[in-house]
Amino acid sequence: MTLLWAIPALPLVGAIVLGLAGPALGSRMSAIIGTASVGLAAIIAGCIGIGWLQHPPPSGAFVQTLWTWVSLPGLTVRFGLYLDPLSLLMVLVITIIGGLIHLFSTHYMAGEAGYSRYFAYLNLFVAAMLLLVLADDLLILFVGWEGVGVCSYLLVGFWFADPANGAAAQKSFIVTRIADIAMLAGLLLLSTRIGTLNIHDLTTTSAHWPRGALLPEAAAALLLLGGLGKSAQVPLHTWLPDAMAGPTPVSALIHAATMVTAGVYLVVRLHPLFMQAPWVMHGIAIGGALTLLIAAGAGLFQTDIKRVLAYSTMSQIGYMFIALGVGAWSAAMFHFLTHAVFKALLFLSAGAVTMRLHHEQNIFAMGGLRRPLPLAFICFLIGAASLAALPIVTAGFFSKEMILGALWAAPSPALWIAGITGALLTAIYSFRLVFTVFFGRIITAPSGTYGIRILLPLFILALAAVCIGWLETPGFLGGNHLLSAFLRPTNGTGAAQIISPLIPLTGCMVPLLGVSIAWTLHRKGFWRMQAHRAQTPLAGFLKSACGFDAAYRALLVWPFLQLVAALRYDPVDQVSVWAEQAATALHRRLRATQTGHLRRYAAWMMAGAVATIAMVLFA
Amino acid sequence: MIAWPAPAGLALALFLLGLLGLLTRTNLIFVLMSIEIMLNAAGLLFITAGMRWGDPDGQIMLILVLNLAGAELALGLVLLLRLRSRLTTLDGDSATLSRDAP
Repeated sequence: MTLLWAIPALPLVGAIVLGLAGPALGSRMSAIIGTASVGLAAIIAGCIGIGWLQHPPPSGAFVQTLWTWVSLPGLTVRFGLYLDPLSLLMVLVITIIGGLIHLFSTHYMAGEAGYSRYFAYLNLFVAAMLLLVLADDLLILFVGWEGVGVCSYLLVGFWFADPANGAAAQKSFIVTRIADIAMLAGLLLLSTRIGTLNIHDLTTTSAHWPRGALLPEAAAALLLLGGLGKSAQVPLHTWLPDAMAGPTPVSALIHAATMVTAGVYLVVRLHPLFMQAPWVMHGIAIGGALTLLIAAGAGLFQTDIKRVLAYSTMSQIGYMFIALGVGAWSAAMFHFLTHAVFKALLFLSAGAVTMRLHHEQNIFAMGGLRRPLPLAFICFLIGAASLAALPIVTAGFFSKEMILGALWAAPSPALWIAGITGALLTAIYSFRLVFTVFFGRIITAPSGTYGIRILLPLFILALAAVCIGWLETPGFLGGNHLLSAFLRPTNGTGAAQIISPLIPLTGCMVPLLGVSIAWTLHRKGFWRMQAHRAQTPLAGFLKSACGFDAAYRALLVWPFLQLVAALRYDPVDQVSVWAEQAATALHRRLRATQTGHLRRYAAWMMAGAVATIAMVLFA
Repeated sequence: MIAWPAPAGLALALFLLGLLGLLTRTNLIFVLMSIEIMLNAAGLLFITAGMRWGDPDGQIMLILVLNLAGAELALGLVLLLRLRSRLTTLDGDSATLSRDAP
């Protein structure tokens, strides 16, 4: 456990080595360094995890203070790492899934320009995320938080030769930066009011604050805004679909292991603070429900395979936020775990499909791929089934069931209705994708083969997507509570819920209903017709995720560009420009008098003398 | 009271004559001579003024002006020699080296 510092340090060293000496190392060596650094971190994390399960520390947490970073009167920041069950779970997911994605990338990105640069960014991304989840202090967490933002910018714009990719990268950077300003304000508020940003001190102090007072509400709301931006929740979600401009393994990394789960982690980490802010909790639940429904509606109409998956991520993180809003911390973390596995699986198998189709991403240009690509089909099917939460056989079912159970226990039934509607929509759009891409007749014939570096990550993730749900099962399936028990030192015990058997039954039936709807519409050729038919206004509205992009463009981007156009030729600067122009014009006139003719000078001197005398005499 | 308008008028005439020479002549020797004439006009006016108010300062000023004229002439002639060796002419209108280059 003393090797804890090595977990974020290894990927960081990998990033530095690759960043400084990458092109000189050659592609093979770059791939080895990039994958091995994260793989080693995963092995260390695994050893720490096994040691933890055998002999958990009595205090329930392990703190490794490395050095003092900032020492000011009133605020001291120590650079320390804080390991408890929550951060251990995050670290395991990040390193293991991150390692598998690195392995996948070594083949997927082969032959690309900037191969070592890619791995340097990827390593830095993993290192920043590990620092974020291991941080002992909110300021250290913020360093990792910003590092994640920078790396997502670099990786989304990895193919920077296309200006559209650069614009998408800037969008993701700017939108999350707007959220980060709110978060920074929250940090400043807490540091001035409490005098420390140490997470442990903060949570113990904030637990004694009056519930619903202004300070916890304001601090929680500001921190939440930061989390909403990183986690792509309404209203700061617009960057995520555009972030699909990056390479597919990067999308897998952003969606599964790093970046978008940071907001969920932040809320769970600071949940004693959020519990003192009931209004913010209501806001989290409502925002999560809105995101869930808006993104699921948008997922139904996308034509790009990666954009469907992007909207599905938004909607699944919406589930996590609803669960946070009703205080079901462990349910949110469980859904985070299963989502990380099946979303990485979905993105990697989608990448595996598109790389065989010359990077064609339009789902209507695909079709019937289940026979030529059986392995990718099975992996994608497992992922999609898990996303749709098909009962018993998939991991997504158990976690979604846990969240829906917690929502049923919530005071308002509206959240549960939103959750179950979202589950129906999720099943429909995920199987729309499966049926359109893998069934029907073959439209584009695939080429090439898969190597072991593609298949191994897919198999491991597929296996996990089937099995991992049994960590936590509802009462009628054995009632395992391994994950809740593991997270108990951090999250506390949830209230025992008595749920009528109808609720899990509904949760079982709704995904099946969704799949059958998708199948019926597929048989009737409805999905294919979407590609050719003119778009109705409602479909266009839903496809654009309720027009947030257009609204932001009209309300924020356009006025800003107008202001820029007005200020481009600085109006205040014009005054000095006029002075300069007047001086130049005068200079041009006066230099014409410098003729060098002695007689003319003499005449002027005479005229000047006469004028002076005349003025003296007659004035 | 001694009649002063006649010498003063003479001084004015001399000054205008010198000025006319300065403005119209192109030969620099004549320009120098014109300047001398103007200086003498000024000297004559000093004496006339001294006579008019019965004050010896006018004559002192004349001596000062004569000295000044001598010094100026010496310098002017040296400059003219330098100019002549440089431009091989004493034409004032072609000595325009200090003009603003176009």
